[in-house]
Amino acid sequence: MSSEVEVIKDPGVPAHIHRQADLDPKAEKKAERQVAILFALSALGTILFIYSYIWISEDLFIYFPVLGTTNAKQLFLGLGLALSLFFIGAGAIHWAKTLMPDEEVIAMRHEMRSEDEDRRELVKTAKQGAAAAALGRRSLIKRSLGLSLGLIGLSPLLLLRDLGPLPGKDLEKTSWKSGTRLVTDPGDRPIKPSDLEVGAVAQVLPAIAEGGHRALSDIGKDAVLLIRLRPEEFQLDAERLGMTYQGIIAFSKICSHMGCAVALYEQQTKHLLCPCHQSTFDVTRAAKVIFGPAARPLPQLAITVDSEGYLIAQKPFSEPVGPSYWERNSQ
Amino acid sequence: MTARERITGSVANYVDERTGAAAWMKKNLNKVFPDHWSFLLGEIALYSFIILLLSGTFLTFWFDPSQREVIYDGDYQPLSGLKMSAAYASTLHISFEVRGGLLMRQIHHWAALLFMVAIVVHLLRVYFTGAFRKPREFNWIIGVGLLTLGIVEGFLGYSLPDDLLSGTGIRIAEAIIQALPVVGSYIAFFAFGGAFPGEVFIPRIFTVHVLLLPGIFLALITVHLMLVWYQKHTQYPGPGRTEKNVVGYPLFPVYMAKAGGFFFIVFGVIAFLSAVASINPIWLYGPYTPGQISAGSQPDWYMGWLDGLVRMAPPLETHAFGHTISWNILIPGLILPGIMFTGLALYPFIEAWISGDKREHHILDRPRNVPNRTALGAMALTFTIVALLNGGNDIIATTFNLTINQMMWFSRIGILVLPPIAFVVTKRLCLSLQRADRDLVLHGRETGTLVRMPSGEFVEIHEPISAEKAWTLTQHEQPVPLELPATDARGLKRPGAIKNKLRNRMSRAHAVAVPKVSAQDLKEIEHH
Repeated sequence: MSSEVEVIKDPGVPAHIHRQADLDPKAEKKAERQVAILFALSALGTILFIYSYIWISEDLFIYFPVLGTTNAKQLFLGLGLALSLFFIGAGAIHWAKTLMPDEEVIAMRHEMRSEDEDRRELVKTAKQGAAAAALGRRSLIKRSLGLSLGLIGLSPLLLLRDLGPLPGKDLEKTSWKSGTRLVTDPGDRPIKPSDLEVGAVAQVLPAIAEGGHRALSDIGKDAVLLIRLRPEEFQLDAERLGMTYQGIIAFSKICSHMGCAVALYEQQTKHLLCPCHQSTFDVTRAAKVIFGPAARPLPQLAITVDSEGYLIAQKPFSEPVGPSYWERNSQ
Repeated sequence: MTARERITGSVANYVDERTGAAAWMKKNLNKVFPDHWSFLLGEIALYSFIILLLSGTFLTFWFDPSQREVIYDGDYQPLSGLKMSAAYASTLHISFEVRGGLLMRQIHHWAALLFMVAIVVHLLRVYFTGAFRKPREFNWIIGVGLLTLGIVEGFLGYSLPDDLLSGTGIRIAEAIIQALPVVGSYIAFFAFGGAFPGEVFIPRIFTVHVLLLPGIFLALITVHLMLVWYQKHTQYPGPGRTEKNVVGYPLFPVYMAKAGGFFFIVFGVIAFLSAVASINPIWLYGPYTPGQISAGSQPDWYMGWLDGLVRMAPPLETHAFGHTISWNILIPGLILPGIMFTGLALYPFIEAWISGDKREHHILDRPRNVPNRTALGAMALTFTIVALLNGGNDIIATTFNLTINQMMWFSRIGILVLPPIAFVVTKRLCLSLQRADRDLVLHGRETGTLVRMPSGEFVEIHEPISAEKAWTLTQHEQPVPLELPATDARGLKRPGAIKNKLRNRMSRAHAVAVPKVSAQDLKEIEHH
């Protein structure tokens, strides 16, 4: 592709410059000693490792400049290992660089392409083989083989079916039912409105029967955040306001974006922030999204109190909690 | 013959009579490898992988990949009596009760981070020097595959301890799966054995992490190295280096000693980091429960760009006919990464199509001599870095006293505006560097010595550069743009007129260059 301009000439591989150790036996001896010292340092590293493993106490913490207070056993085990490994490498490379031949060698390359002769032979052999098997003529065999190979992939696919149950309505349901008590997490204590001061936040879960087990999969849908504001701070319609109780409002704690726990509450601005992707929800406006990638508000749980004065759910969530999915009816 | 020679000889004879290896060994012990620091990047990735196999095997001896609930009663007092999974408890056991266990955990994690760094920087080296060109396209694709698998393998690995941070990462991965139209919730329920988080996910990804993916890695790395071996390594341009030869050091003993020694150095550096720098202190995060989270949740760095894209996505969802499509998850979480990795894998073919170049290349390009490719690379890199920065937007905001909103808007605008700017600036820089090369060859090196002429004028003395250097600066080919005619020899319109026009235009952009110095130029200047 180059045009007719005359290019500058390639002067060729530069002449080899000898190293000191190539010419001076003294320098050679010195290099040899240096390599030996490096290998010896590695041996010392292993000794440090063994010493630390056996004799340094697990509970010994020491002050080390830059690192601060640190566990001595962990530190010296690591340093011993690091030294023992590093100096083997350093020794080998120093050896190669000072004492092994450093004259550059030239080898020739060959094009990747096979010789034309070989290619022709290959085509001939392949054609002969195909002709011997009569692939071209036996279309019945070819088609039935295609069918069986196409179908056989279904078996391993089907075998994966029992990896899990079908989703069914599972993503829509939580453990919250009409009258379920709100209990603290952790602690499992029922809550009265008076337990929450204005401005306070609490994480709650639905109460479970005595001795009952709460699976993580349940917490993943049931976790609820309680926030108490002054009732006049809400900007809600009558229906939403009816879902609060004396300024206490309850939201699903599972982010409507990707399901992280929406745990950061800014008391001054009354914003809820998800630490994963910074979706921000306005508590005074029923967790309306005011910033970030979330597209839907956090579902609100309607709450009230029972005859004993403990907070309960009025009814289940009216929409699925957590991230979106194809079957979710979000209208 | 000494005793040692006799023994070596008989062992060699024994092996050769059974394998016929002598002929192959004879040829390959002398195999030539060119020397350059940037060729060590791939080696670092390989050695980190070996270190990962060794340290990972050690960890499996104590790790219990189970989500069975246990009550912790180990040495770490702050978590005493807490409910947690056996996976988390056994990770605490490795960290606090197995001597050297924490060190090995940290070696495993640091090696994983270094593995990914080495892969990415190695990829950049291969890209910017054009080492992916014919005949090395297959190896480029294998490399992109290894990068992709590395990201997945790393994610699964740091998910295994089942701590609060990693569990949050799995939660996000589950939300991405769940967002897939039609099949999403089904795949999620199959993967997790029911609703998130279930009790089967950790054991399942453990098998994938320690068996399935390492197996695929081993196979791909083997093919990757065999191809390097068979095709012979590329070399940087320089005196005596041509497309037909390879200049360097023989495998035995020099290259073996250097490469073998380098393995120990990489291992030593990782061990040192693991001794002094704490990483992933899972005991501080606590066990995973879906109802809790820690502020400043961050993935490992090689996932950061993905998280950054998700963070900056606008809140778009389509609600219609009783269905929901989450564009805010699908676009940043699946579609954009899909485009990025497909584009990366196909780049060698795209460039060959644009340039029309079908020849083999073994001499590497100096990035400045291919301005278009270098600028495209800078553009892609800028895109990824803005995304990566946004993945840490909360940390950056708190560190530099910014608001999250400022960071987010910077990223949202920056990811669209900065990459094209990077393209233009890089292309101009490359051309300027070409011009500087031209000046250097024509006028020599500035010596800094000023001389006052009899006339009173000051001039700086220039010293001619060596013939070797002049060759290195001018050996490259200057591409000629394609000119696909709109009509054929008989004056008939050729098919695909628009495609050809587009290809011509891209080819012209690809071939922009400052004319390099020719021998005539030099002769002319001598006469002055």
